[in-house]
Amino acid sequence: MLVAAPALALDHISVTFVAGGAARYTAIRDATLTVQPGEFVSVVGPTGCGKSTLLNVAAGLLAPSAGAVRVNGEPLRGLNGRAGYLFQTEALMPWRTALDNVTVGLEFRGVPRAEAVARAQGWLARVGLRGHGHRYPHQLSGGMRKRVALAQTLILDPQIILMDEPFSALDIQTRQLMENELLELWSVDRKSVVFITHDLEEAISLSDRVVVLSAGPESHPIGEFGIDLPRPRDVAEIRLTPRFIELHSRIWQAMKVEVLKGYEQQKNQ
Amino acid sequence: MLAGLFLAWHVLTHPSLIPPFYFDDPHKAAFFFGQPLEVLARVWAWFSSGTIYAHLWVTLVETVLAFLLGTVGGLAVGLWLALSPTAAALLDPYIKAVNSMPRVILAPIFGVWFGLGMASKVALGVTLVFFIVFFNVYQGVREVSHTVLANARMLGASERQLLRSVYIPSATSWVFASLHNSVGLAFVGAVVGEYLGSSEGVGYLILQAEGTFDINSVFAGILVLTAFALVLDWIVTVAERRLMVWQPRSGETERI
Repeated sequence: MLVAAPALALDHISVTFVAGGAARYTAIRDATLTVQPGEFVSVVGPTGCGKSTLLNVAAGLLAPSAGAVRVNGEPLRGLNGRAGYLFQTEALMPWRTALDNVTVGLEFRGVPRAEAVARAQGWLARVGLRGHGHRYPHQLSGGMRKRVALAQTLILDPQIILMDEPFSALDIQTRQLMENELLELWSVDRKSVVFITHDLEEAISLSDRVVVLSAGPESHPIGEFGIDLPRPRDVAEIRLTPRFIELHSRIWQAMKVEVLKGYEQQKNQ
Repeated sequence: MLAGLFLAWHVLTHPSLIPPFYFDDPHKAAFFFGQPLEVLARVWAWFSSGTIYAHLWVTLVETVLAFLLGTVGGLAVGLWLALSPTAAALLDPYIKAVNSMPRVILAPIFGVWFGLGMASKVALGVTLVFFIVFFNVYQGVREVSHTVLANARMLGASERQLLRSVYIPSATSWVFASLHNSVGLAFVGAVVGEYLGSSEGVGYLILQAEGTFDINSVFAGILVLTAFALVLDWIVTVAERRLMVWQPRSGETERI
């Protein structure tokens, strides 16, 4: 039987940064992670464990020191053209309106302006920003800017979506709203998602699978947990179900030691 | 306050209003400091007879040309050096050296090279404007947000598209930050150039008046230059408002 290649495969990845002179910092050592087509995978770990580094490797923004990245079974060279990236910090162009931020990817691909605008209007409506296209990023709230960024990425129809703590700067209510909207958008055409977060509850409520990373340096996956909660889910309600609490306590057992380790390291710095 | 200043000036320099307390001759104060009514009359005479317009026009053209050439040059070289570390490392010491040189001393050399017409004044203004814009653009490009850059790359921007859609807009905001300075310096370049050797322009008017100890005309020239500079500054402010709508102004609130 022919098995489809994973959408994204990180194969024994190590990342070592040169920090001037002979100083080296190994952020990630021997990390292996595969994401199947249509699978929603969350990567959790203590702060400073190299989660973002791993995502940058998957995006092709950072070349790993060792190991290989494969996209649909093909080795990755340069930027990962199949992937869309949602950044943790502000990534919109402040000099473009919301609409022009959404069209920019199509512009880069040479899509005619009229068609790009029509598609962007559609996407702005889908993320709940109908009529806000003429506003500049500084005129939008944090949640609205995240929606624009989401539309900006999704309009290009990427096969893989990489998300780096995209909602960590939002307040808890906005965040749960955005999480539900994300699940709704995702359920339409089931792309592969790698979702980085330090929030275990967020990870469990969104994902099919949760991967736990050890504390840095030399961070690597220490456990994988399948999340068998039924879909569609409501992220606020599902947190109250017994199965969620059971999964949470199991994963937290695995994570706890690493979180404490990471905390100690930060204290001693 | 302006009226008070003019009144004090008038009272202190009028030969008969108050007894002389510093100069032995009551007319000396007027000789050294001019008289406001005379100065205003001179300004009025210049504008009503129309003789000033030709001079203002020359100064304006020199200022605008110096500003445009200096800005375009500074923008281009700033972008080039910021994006090419090798060129930056090679040229850095020279740029620092030229920038720390007092540019006004170049005016006589430009006079020899470009003649006493407009070109030498424009050249002086360009050397002043260029470095302001250059340093701002250089700084601006190096401080482009890494996330915005990475995002544009992930959205599929080629190097050329990155330059057009990220580096240049980002650098432009820094150019605008220095715009008031650079327009002012273009103006300084034009007037100083005229002052050092020319046959037309407001700087030339002042030089002529000084040659004949006509202090009222000197003050009138300064007054006209100041008003002119204020108008230029106001035009820059309007242009800035128009083009930089995307930047939040401090304290601005808006209903969403």
